[in-house]
Formats: sequence, C-alpha cells, structure tokens
Amino acid sequence: MIEFRRVSYRIGEKQILFDISLEVKAGDRLVLLGRSGSGKTTALKMVNALIQPGEGSVLVEGKPTTEWDPVRLRRRIGYVIQEAGLFPHFTVGQNVGLVPRLEGKPPAEIDARVCELLDLVELPAGQFRNRYPRELSGGQRQRVGVARALAADPPLLLLDEPFGALDPVTRHEIQRQFLGICERFAKTVIFVTHDAREAMLIATQIGLLREGRLETLGPPAEFMQAKGAEAEAFRASLG
Amino acid sequence: MTEIVDLTLEHLTMVLIAVAIATAIGVSLGIALTTRVVLRRWVLGFAGVMQTIPSLALFGFLIPIPLIGGIGKRTAIVALVLYALLPVLRNTLTGILGVDAAVRESAVAMGMTKRQVLWEVEMPLASRTILAGIRVATVTTIGTATIAAAIGGGGLGVFIFRGLASVDAHQILAGAIPAACMALLAEGGLGWLERRIAV
Repeated sequence: MIEFRRVSYRIGEKQILFDISLEVKAGDRLVLLGRSGSGKTTALKMVNALIQPGEGSVLVEGKPTTEWDPVRLRRRIGYVIQEAGLFPHFTVGQNVGLVPRLEGKPPAEIDARVCELLDLVELPAGQFRNRYPRELSGGQRQRVGVARALAADPPLLLLDEPFGALDPVTRHEIQRQFLGICERFAKTVIFVTHDAREAMLIATQIGLLREGRLETLGPPAEFMQAKGAEAEAFRASLG
Repeated sequence: MTEIVDLTLEHLTMVLIAVAIATAIGVSLGIALTTRVVLRRWVLGFAGVMQTIPSLALFGFLIPIPLIGGIGKRTAIVALVLYALLPVLRNTLTGILGVDAAVRESAVAMGMTKRQVLWEVEMPLASRTILAGIRVATVTTIGTATIAAAIGGGGLGVFIFRGLASVDAHQILAGAIPAACMALLAEGGLGWLERRIAV
C-alpha cells in the first residue's frame, strides 16, 4: 500500500534521511521508532505529501506522491499529531465532521457520522459535540483528534507522537482504545513515536531510525532480537 | 448647533470611507503578502514611511497630483487611506502569520485547499488581530481627519481652523469635543466587537 524507494532528504547541508526503503502492506501497523531528530517525522510527512523526497520516491497505492493531487491524497489519509492540532474556533462536532463536509456530504449524514465516531472514542456526542477544544482535557482532545482522522473512513492513518503529551494512565487507555479501533476496521497505520513500549504495543512492524538511517525493520519479535547499539538502547528503555 | 451636526456627519462620512478603503486594501494586501517575504518587507517599509510624513505635509503633497489630488474631499480621503493602511496591513500579517503552525499543518494535512485554509482557518483565527488593526486605524483617522479642512475637505477641522484663525477657543472646542467623542465611541464599540470574537 505504501512504499519508500531509496528515499533521501536534506535541508541545506543537513542530511535528514539516508536511502530509506521500506514497504507497508494493507492492514500493517508500522511504527517508526527513534530519538528526536532521527528523521521519523520527516518520513511520515512524505506519505501525505507535506514533504516531497529529495531523491527516490514514496508510492501510495502504487502511485508516487508527486503524481497524486495532494488534496485528493490527503483526504484519503487520516492524520493525527501531538496536541491533536484541533481547530480552536470549531466545536468538537465541527472538527470531527470537517473532512466529510469538505467532501460535500449532506448535513444529516455528517451529523450521524460525528455521533458514531464520538461514540467510538467514548466521548458521548450529547455531552461533547458542542464543546470547544479548550474545554476538553488533553486525553479528550486526542480522542477527538483520532475521531477526526477516522471521519472520512480513510484506509490509511498517519500519527505523529499522538499520545506523547498525556499522563501515563490516560495514555495507556487511549493506546488500547486506538489499537482496538485499528484492528476492528483493519486500518493501515504509520505511527511515529520515541517510546519503545508504545511501539511494542501498537506495531505489527517496527522500523528503528537512527540519524536518518533505517537500522532495523521487522515485527516486534524480531526487534527484540535485533543487533546494534540503538536497538539495545531502546530495548533497555522497556525496563 | 446644526453646523456641528452637519460637520460631524461630514467628518464621520470621510472617516468611514477612508477606513473602508484602507481595510479593503490592507486586508487583501496582507493576505497576498503572507507568502511573499521580500515584497512584504518593501510594502511594510513603504506603509511605515507614509506614517512618518507629517499629516499637514502629506495633504499638501497630494494637491498637485493629477486624478487623486486637487482641493477637496477626495484628496483628503486619499491621505487618510495612506495613514490608515499600515495598522490594518500589519495586523492582517501578524494575525495570519501568528496562527499556530500545528493547526495550519492539520488543515493542510486534512486535504484543505489553499483557499479553504485561508478562509476556514487562518482568517477566523486572525480576525481578532485584524479587527484590532481596524480599530487603531479608525481612531487615528478620526483625529487626522480634522486636518482635512486645511485643504478644503470639510469636517470638524473647519471649526478648529476657524477657531485658530480667530483665536476663539469656543470654535476650537466645537470641533475638538465631537471628534474626541467620536474617537472614544469607535474605540469602545470596536473594542467590544473584538472581545465578542471568541478564540
């Protein structure tokens, strides 16, 4: 479904990614694991054409991102970032219903979809749909972010440290809930994190990035056996 | 007394026309300049220089210019627009460029077109700052418009210049007090509107 072919990227003199090749099959959950500045966010943003590769190409459903109409491509991809990036001037309901509205769906249909999604992330629509993001807790905002990403039922979800700013208990709850949703709807996921525990929980594939290079790529069980100092360092953080 | 009412209305009309034109130019120019860094510096520089020209001199400079110049209201309004432009333009830029990068990125990543990002996200979030610029422009224009009388533009400045010429404090106050009240009302009214905009 997604393929990176020998992708490199630099900003000025600084090389961000070196020759990355990988493939994500439909239904896979690839977690890109790495320290801050390892290039994982840059790689993620190449999938929805927020960044275009300097060399090589990124293919989505067999077609390079450079050939996709970026607006069409992005409407097929859910995107969640830290602090959710919710629109502060929209209510929860308007945030969640945004992409269906952009797609020109009738209001009644959008309404039903918003209720369905808020139920899915366990935020009762009656209580939450008319609130503004600033009236929510951090955990509730992230749930709204996930609901918004799911709104147009995209086959692919991209998440950039979505749960990084939450307290450990809330984070654990949301991780579980998110994993359940992904499995139930067979979503293909690319998930960026620096938290090895989160990677082990979410991933069907873990890609470890170190200073712009893909060190290891494989299922969690393989990651636990992988050689190299960086893999060991991340395993040590599992405790 | 009726002269006070007449001149106050004339003054108000002049201010409203000038601020409306400055807002139309300032906001659209501001939007166009958000993505043009070099040009932005030049335009802001130009608008800044306009503000440093003493107002009486600017009114004078405009008189000999064809089409926009001459004696009367039109010239006065052109000068007022040039003064009102900077606060509107600067606040439009500040407002749009100040939108949280994460929010803008989400908007783009959700598949909004450039136009949708502007009108659904950037403009609503910048509206309070833009309105503050319009408020500042309005209040200063009300004051500056008193000088329009010097080039035959009319307005409350008529009283003030007449009072200055005849050393008559009553005449000066007949111009100054309504202008001050108008400025206070504009400040209060637009300030109230600004606070009403949530976010």
